Amino acid sequence: MSVESLIFEKGAPGRRCATMAAMDVPTEALDRMIPANMLRKQPAALPEVSEIEVVRHYTHLSQRNFGVDTGFYPLGSCTMKYNPKLNEDMAALPGFARLHPLQPDSSVQGAIQLVYELEQYLAEIAGMARVTLQPSAGAHGELTGLMLIKAYHEHQGQGHRNIVLIPDNAHGTNPASATLADYRTVEVKTDPGNGGIEMDHLKALLEANGTNIAAIMMTNPNTLGLFDSNVAEIAELVHEVGGQLYYDGANANAVLGITRPGDMGFDVVHFNLHKTCSTPHGGGGPGAGPIGVKEHLVPFLPGPLPAKGDNGYYWEDAGPQSIGKVRANNGNFGVLVRAYTYIRTYGPDGLLHVARSAILNANYLRQELSSDYEIAFPLMCQHEFVATAERQKAESGVTALDVAKRILDFGMYAPTIYFPLIVHEALMIEPTETETRETLDYFVSVMHQIAEESRTNPEIVKTAPHTTPVGRLDQALAARKPNLRWTPGQEVTHS
Amino acid sequence: MGYVPNTPEDQQAMLTRLGLSTLEDLLAPVPENVRLRRPLELPAALSEPDLKRLLNGMAANNQNLDNWISFLGAGNYDHAIPSVVPHLQKRSEFVTSYTPYQPEVSQGMLQAIYEFQTMICQVTGLDIANASLYDGSTAVVEAVFMAIGPGGRGEVVVSEGVDPQYRRVLRTYAHARGFSVKEVPTRNGVTSVEDLDAAMSPTTAAVVVQQPNFFGCIEDMTAIEPVAHRGKSIFITNITEPASLGILAPPADYGADIAVGEAMNLGNAISYGGPACGFIAARSKFMRLMPGRLVGQTVEEGGKKQTGYVLTLQTREQHIRRERATSNICTNQSLLAVGVAIYLAALGKQGFRELAELCLQKAHYAFRQITAIPGYAAAFSSPFFEEFAIRLQVSAQKLERHLEQSGIIGGYPLGKNYAGMEDCMLFCVTETRTKADIDLLVSALKEVQA
Repeated sequence: MSVESLIFEKGAPGRRCATMAAMDVPTEALDRMIPANMLRKQPAALPEVSEIEVVRHYTHLSQRNFGVDTGFYPLGSCTMKYNPKLNEDMAALPGFARLHPLQPDSSVQGAIQLVYELEQYLAEIAGMARVTLQPSAGAHGELTGLMLIKAYHEHQGQGHRNIVLIPDNAHGTNPASATLADYRTVEVKTDPGNGGIEMDHLKALLEANGTNIAAIMMTNPNTLGLFDSNVAEIAELVHEVGGQLYYDGANANAVLGITRPGDMGFDVVHFNLHKTCSTPHGGGGPGAGPIGVKEHLVPFLPGPLPAKGDNGYYWEDAGPQSIGKVRANNGNFGVLVRAYTYIRTYGPDGLLHVARSAILNANYLRQELSSDYEIAFPLMCQHEFVATAERQKAESGVTALDVAKRILDFGMYAPTIYFPLIVHEALMIEPTETETRETLDYFVSVMHQIAEESRTNPEIVKTAPHTTPVGRLDQALAARKPNLRWTPGQEVTHS
Repeated sequence: MGYVPNTPEDQQAMLTRLGLSTLEDLLAPVPENVRLRRPLELPAALSEPDLKRLLNGMAANNQNLDNWISFLGAGNYDHAIPSVVPHLQKRSEFVTSYTPYQPEVSQGMLQAIYEFQTMICQVTGLDIANASLYDGSTAVVEAVFMAIGPGGRGEVVVSEGVDPQYRRVLRTYAHARGFSVKEVPTRNGVTSVEDLDAAMSPTTAAVVVQQPNFFGCIEDMTAIEPVAHRGKSIFITNITEPASLGILAPPADYGADIAVGEAMNLGNAISYGGPACGFIAARSKFMRLMPGRLVGQTVEEGGKKQTGYVLTLQTREQHIRRERATSNICTNQSLLAVGVAIYLAALGKQGFRELAELCLQKAHYAFRQITAIPGYAAAFSSPFFEEFAIRLQVSAQKLERHLEQSGIIGGYPLGKNYAGMEDCMLFCVTETRTKADIDLLVSALKEVQA
């Protein structure tokens, strides 16, 4: 496939696409309305293209992009499940999509009702007292949760607590969020036996730093796809020293209806609605990262929160202890409409079936791949597991990156690679519940072929992909000579 | 069931491969002491037709902007969206992909974001832009973090002309991170340069001013800039209405170091305020301090050298740098950014300017008509773009109720956020309002007076 040139290289001076509204009011001279020094001198150098050019250009770009609708997308920890079309239609209803966020409550009763009910559903799924729907993504939820924990400690006269414990297999957002909340992070080791938190290490850290521990952030099942069966004891130990427990809900697809973060002992949890509740990932977003909290943290939640009174639904302002808002308006509402539709599609039995089916698909792949690839922790997994290319690397120098690139040649996306950081040559695989057995079997056959090729013809793997719109790209050049925008006269190489 | 394709028979066969007999056997790793041994208390499952009925009913219970004539702005602006934009943006290859970790099969999203980054640079005049942030308010926060630097302290000076919600968000983050925020009052609807001057100190890390500001007024940035740059202070412009850049000077022209703001209303549904689309643009010296994803152009490895696009400078980011990352952002608002790119391509060089002029002229027509009514006075005499504050002789609530009877959603009651402005309403007129809409508003306002 040839290169699609940039939109800036297309069109011609004077060419137009959108037609503008009529100027149906009497006009005034610009210089009577805007001071000369604040007037734009040159129009922005935006494209000058016709509608057909716009349509073909972005259609071509979409054809050069791979999504869940294109094929299997086993990107670990990202829960790339099918995104129901119904949910898209519901979010696009003018009664939801055409609302101004500052309309009076009386004029948006349906919208507030939806978020009010969604809050209740998520609180029940999480085992928490209340949920704020404000955070825009998982990392935003993490930071909000840590701010709540900080506010709580300050209120308890424990504002000196400055350490957040984070397992060495945690998502990178956990330590980054802790830093933004002005916390110091201390890493907790993984138990090489069961893949959970190493209890002796945790106990030693709690003993050494107990009075300075603000919180521990955990993902359960963790990024190895393993459920930490010590979680209740961990909660007890952390609570004993006065710390709070934060649940990173990136992997919540595995626990729906089976266990609840609140019941495990967590104080705060975030959900990634774009993962667990199937709202589309949009090429990197938007998501939504609502957080649920136990009763003692409710006074600190960002406001406003949805409420129901005699005169209908309304937004209730936060109380005096609230941390304040974490973004403008009331969250990624369009995403919330999709999540609401999703939960109502499944109901309680359906959500349990989702989780169990996701776990079955992951274990099935783990089992079927285990003859060709090392499995980092060969135990019963939850919604995902980590295979490795260690064997291939030792045999023929084929790396996890090479395997990932070769998978692309077979019309599938690649697993998450080199994560978690504690596993060498990691291939983190999450099939989700929405894949058929045949798709899983096809993936297994491809992985088997790649393992074969690694032994017999490793070059084909090392130079993959071969069938994609472009081959491997020069990442080093991109970082060494950053080109982050087009400028007129810029050379674009077409082959 | 639902979107789980495998039948009980499929699943039984898979369980057999695993040497298990039931789905429950898969849950052995979850200890009994944390198991939920009851069904979740949620409403029972609904079929697609039933769900459509339910949600259509809820949606019908809202007064939407297609059926009502709205004069609400206040940081969220309703602009017409050409049909090409959603048709292209909603192509499912864009919608159902994720962060382009595998660039070979993600060139479409990467190139669209590269085009978005370029267009943000074109409208702001600045050198670089990222792939999007959550919303305008968190974009202000990220810009302030860039100014303060890693682990830094210091004070941020913010004009009261900055959207009150944004200032509230900034204070939330400031408390958690440990820096202070000083607010500077406005006079006659614009930032008081005298008070800004007095607020500056050797610890001032950044100054944030909004253009046009929350009152819709146009700040004299050339008067503000030398003060905002005093010492080592970084000058940040916040733009909640980027459509204004069709006609107003771009931030680069008046010396801003960083421009941030909200771009959702350039081509994306207003959707009750979210998903939004924060943007950030800066001078190139800030490149390695930028938060979030950056798409860069490169070439293929080996001999072919065909152009391609990748996520780049990733050593700034959380998945590599962890606790030393420039930001914690991972998931952003990419699909909205694609919408913005398609919208700006559709409007183009001429259309983008015309959009701004339509908003400007229609708002000024409305302003002249309203201020000609006895009892409705301009709150300020400063120049404005498409929003203006009016002092009322009736309460904002009473006026709101009255306008509702004419199918009109009135302006924003400024008393919610500004002491001494309890009698003021902020009206917004974009290109979506016709002369007839404006005249209807004017006659409704006259009735309240009478």
